[in-house]
Amino acid sequence: MTGGERVTADEVGRALADAIAAERLRIVATLIRTTGDWDLAEDAVSDAAERALLHWPQDGIPDNPAAWLTATARRRATDVLRRADVERAKLAELAAEQSLTDTEGMPDMSPMTDDRLRLIFTCCHPALPLDARVALTLKVVSGLPTEAIGRAFLTSEATMGQRLLRAKGKIAHAGIPYRAPSDDLLPERLDGVLAVLYLVFTEGYATTARDLADEAIRLGRLLVNLMPDADEARALLSLMLLQHSRRDAREVDGERVTLERQDRSRWDHAAIDEGLRLRQPPSAPRGAYAMQADIAAVHAVAADADDTDWPAIVNLYDELFVLVPSPVVALNRSIAVGMSEGPLAGLAHLEDIADDPKLVDHYLVAAARGDLLARAGLHKEAVIAIERAAELAPTDQERRQLSDRAAELRRA
Amino acid sequence: MKYLMFVVADPDAAKEAPDPEVDDVEDWVERNDASGARIMGERLRPPADATSLRRRGGKLLVTDGPFAETREWIAGFDILECADLDEAIAVASKHPMAAAGSLELRPFWPFEG
Repeated sequence: MTGGERVTADEVGRALADAIAAERLRIVATLIRTTGDWDLAEDAVSDAAERALLHWPQDGIPDNPAAWLTATARRRATDVLRRADVERAKLAELAAEQSLTDTEGMPDMSPMTDDRLRLIFTCCHPALPLDARVALTLKVVSGLPTEAIGRAFLTSEATMGQRLLRAKGKIAHAGIPYRAPSDDLLPERLDGVLAVLYLVFTEGYATTARDLADEAIRLGRLLVNLMPDADEARALLSLMLLQHSRRDAREVDGERVTLERQDRSRWDHAAIDEGLRLRQPPSAPRGAYAMQADIAAVHAVAADADDTDWPAIVNLYDELFVLVPSPVVALNRSIAVGMSEGPLAGLAHLEDIADDPKLVDHYLVAAARGDLLARAGLHKEAVIAIERAAELAPTDQERRQLSDRAAELRRA
Repeated sequence: MKYLMFVVADPDAAKEAPDPEVDDVEDWVERNDASGARIMGERLRPPADATSLRRRGGKLLVTDGPFAETREWIAGFDILECADLDEAIAVASKHPMAAAGSLELRPFWPFEG
């Protein structure tokens, strides 16, 4: 303790925030394992944080704030259990836990027995509905308030609370185990975890809830640290970093700016470097995230759209399409063909895929068609296509931007 | 934990080529009986042989057929005893009807709780 000295509220707040960021997940994850009670684990940590705010201003900030929080949360959990007079077994196990931080860095401990991984895999169990997996991960793993999660997913706090309650109920009733999966289930289960992280990321990317994208990256880093051999986890982190590096350039004065027109000096080069470093050697077998990371990397190293290695991007989309034969991949491929081999070649590819039921009347197809037509110098046709895209666009902002683009072309 | 595993027939899936990852049904039964994961199970006659009944307004109503008409129907069931859901999933994933139909795992409602 720095005992006796007066500490400011700012210092206390900072020390507490750091300790929570460093240790909250480990404390919650271990308390869930030892007590089997999810709500108790979360409450005990909140309670410890409240006590810190009460005691630290007077007693001083402890030398090891994280250890203080851990001990206080554990004591709180023990008290609640004792008061509830639950079976002695749970208490015995909790007492046997020594200190939660003692287990850290034990040399013979497999990373797969890390409580944080148990928690992540349990929250992302495929027997839970996808929206519940996302909500549980953000609530229990990230520690976001229910209200904030509800806001990010455009539902009320009450609805989100119900969703969390149902998910925790299913974990208990259906016998979803609290552990990382066995080796034979691992690849498939890891895919499920990565899908949840990427969904959190894209939700943050698509909306203004940018802190969700930051949180997805934080969780991605944690997963890579806990599972250093999981190539697809590294690839996903690389992809998220490379996409997120454009965050300050892709929206200017509230308007979305396309990749081609972005001011690349505003890209986050530290994030790009980290993303590039995480990529695997080209010879390694790659999954869908690795291929998308490679595509993002080609953009990241290009000075501008003209400098971009478009033939490489077309090849990468070809590879990706084998793995993920989705119409959106095909659409992006035809845009890349348009940049690589010229707008008429791009248009030919686009018309080959435009009849796909998932793409008919899709505004992105109409917008891509308009863009390729404009590049080919067919301005009148381009205006028709972009006006059609504006009619089909899902948001006001995109509708307005497409209308502006049509007006711009009409003048050209 | 005890799970009731519904074995659900799916005419479309049954037309697919056999999946080498699943067991013959005899092997599956033998293996899981031996390990204690399967307590019992039966194949059922098709929905054409089903009878539904309900009491409404003090009257008993007996009708021909299953409680719901769907393309998929319950073809049988097994009762599993497993440590947790992942163990039950591992057992169920080798059942031939995982490939030729689908399986639904329903935990028993426990006495205490």
